[in-house]
Amino acid sequence: MKWETVIGLEVHTQLLTASKIFSGASTMYGSEPNTQACAVDIGLPGVLPVMNVEAARMAIKFGLAIGAEINRHSVFARKNYFYPDLPKGYQISQYELPIVYNGKVEIDVDGLTKIISITRAHLEEDAGKSLHEDFHGLSGIDFNRAGTPLLEIVSEPDMRSAAEAVVYLKKLHELVRYLEICDGNMQEGSFRCDANVSVRPEGQETFGTRTELKNINSFKFVEKAIEFEIERQIDVLESGGAVVLETRLYDPDKNETRPMRSKEEAHDYRYFPDPDLPPLELDEAFIEAVRQTLPELPDAKRARFKRDYKLSDYDAGVLTATAAMADYYEDAVRKSKSDPKLVANWTIGDLSAYLNKENLSIEDSAVSSTMFSGLMKKINDGTLSVKTGKQVLEMLWKGQGADATDESTAAESVIIKFDLAQISDRTKIEQVIDKVLAASEAQVQQYRNGQEKVFGYFVGQVMKATGGKANPKQVNEILKKKLND
Amino acid sequence: MLTQSDVERIAHLARLHIDERESKVFSDSLSQILALIEEMNAVDTSNIEPMAHPQDVGLRLRKDAVTETDRRTEFQEIAPATENGLYVVPKVVE
Repeated sequence: MKWETVIGLEVHTQLLTASKIFSGASTMYGSEPNTQACAVDIGLPGVLPVMNVEAARMAIKFGLAIGAEINRHSVFARKNYFYPDLPKGYQISQYELPIVYNGKVEIDVDGLTKIISITRAHLEEDAGKSLHEDFHGLSGIDFNRAGTPLLEIVSEPDMRSAAEAVVYLKKLHELVRYLEICDGNMQEGSFRCDANVSVRPEGQETFGTRTELKNINSFKFVEKAIEFEIERQIDVLESGGAVVLETRLYDPDKNETRPMRSKEEAHDYRYFPDPDLPPLELDEAFIEAVRQTLPELPDAKRARFKRDYKLSDYDAGVLTATAAMADYYEDAVRKSKSDPKLVANWTIGDLSAYLNKENLSIEDSAVSSTMFSGLMKKINDGTLSVKTGKQVLEMLWKGQGADATDESTAAESVIIKFDLAQISDRTKIEQVIDKVLAASEAQVQQYRNGQEKVFGYFVGQVMKATGGKANPKQVNEILKKKLND
Repeated sequence: MLTQSDVERIAHLARLHIDERESKVFSDSLSQILALIEEMNAVDTSNIEPMAHPQDVGLRLRKDAVTETDRRTEFQEIAPATENGLYVVPKVVE
């Protein structure tokens, strides 16, 4: 039988506020355990939650970016369950009336555009963290994370393969970073994903029984976990069994999913409106003010890069992967007044290679966009060849040129200091060529007898004699002329 | 109507220990409350907008600023068990 996969994702994004959603404790990651867990966060008696305005703004920003409806009236509810990392015995979340609903995200799969509907995005508080190691049969709890604002983004079951799910997840990841509402750090858990997976016979209208996969916190694991789970469900069904509605944990070491015992009975959350928090009422002015802060979104930026800079899909995609990368590129094009395609090639190629080698993001590049623009200018006007361009980039990367009066002339000062400027002086090049030809009589004879591939040999000799600095275009032209005379 | 086993299930979800006598008492009294709610359901509320909160007020929002300081030592004095700054609890099974 042919099976169809159905996937919906629930993505938890930690919002980049300075303080927690309902308390004034810091949200900074990596501090000493429980030093950022205040009386509200650990649920001491008598405390009251007070909502952080920035969390609301960020949720609205996301909603506007995905063309969603913003609820003018949304309600916080208590989601009741018992777990040691949840000190109050309930999580403050939103249930019937979430702040954002009915949005959509466009994804590209194999050249086709597909729309993934976003059912809702609601605000809630994060829980603490349980540590199971080294506690001789006990668990240690760190509540620093408790109360960190989360925006939970729930999609419709619109995806039909693990690959589609990954594309969608990457799209969301890119979007929240563009919006500067989440740092997207999956390792630190600020961008987390649960997947609802089911299979059904192809052509069947109703959904099969789903399982919920947890602990899939990298793009690679999302794909692997879903693929494993699809296979498992098909195996169960084909051997006459039934899929059980349950939460399963992905184990990346074994590449398998297994039932989570602790969540077996947790599905009865007994939601009710939180009496501590009146409804969140938003007026038009507030929403409009947030709309004014929306940056150019990734899809729009990509389209503009393709149109204005005449870049390919691939180039535009790489250069707009993050807003910082796009800004760097545009700054370099603008300041260097060079061919945008040339700047794109160097940004995607050599510069990215240095960044990748040292595992740096573009914000931390040793070569600033201004320094880079100086280099591009010199390649664009023919002062540098590809080869000497690479040399200059390496020197700039290693800190040469730091003595220049300003960053825009750093490349130029390196070129002068190391005498790397391309030789475009016709007389000079002719002199070198004459010398090379005089010393290579045999090869000249071969060439004139029709062995045209010897041409490369002459070019090589001229380059060797000039330390690779001769203008290759001129070398080719003059060589041809002299050899054919 | 809430049966005794309903009450036992709810008690378990909330990790409340109740014995058989108590589950009987609670199922009776909680059922009476539900019966009262049933009675209220008879009132025609079709023209009334539902409220999420008994007071007709909107949520007050605060500025995003860190105002809390570290009070871990104080808080952990009243905790049953702590170690290396962590609150220690019976093992959670994943």
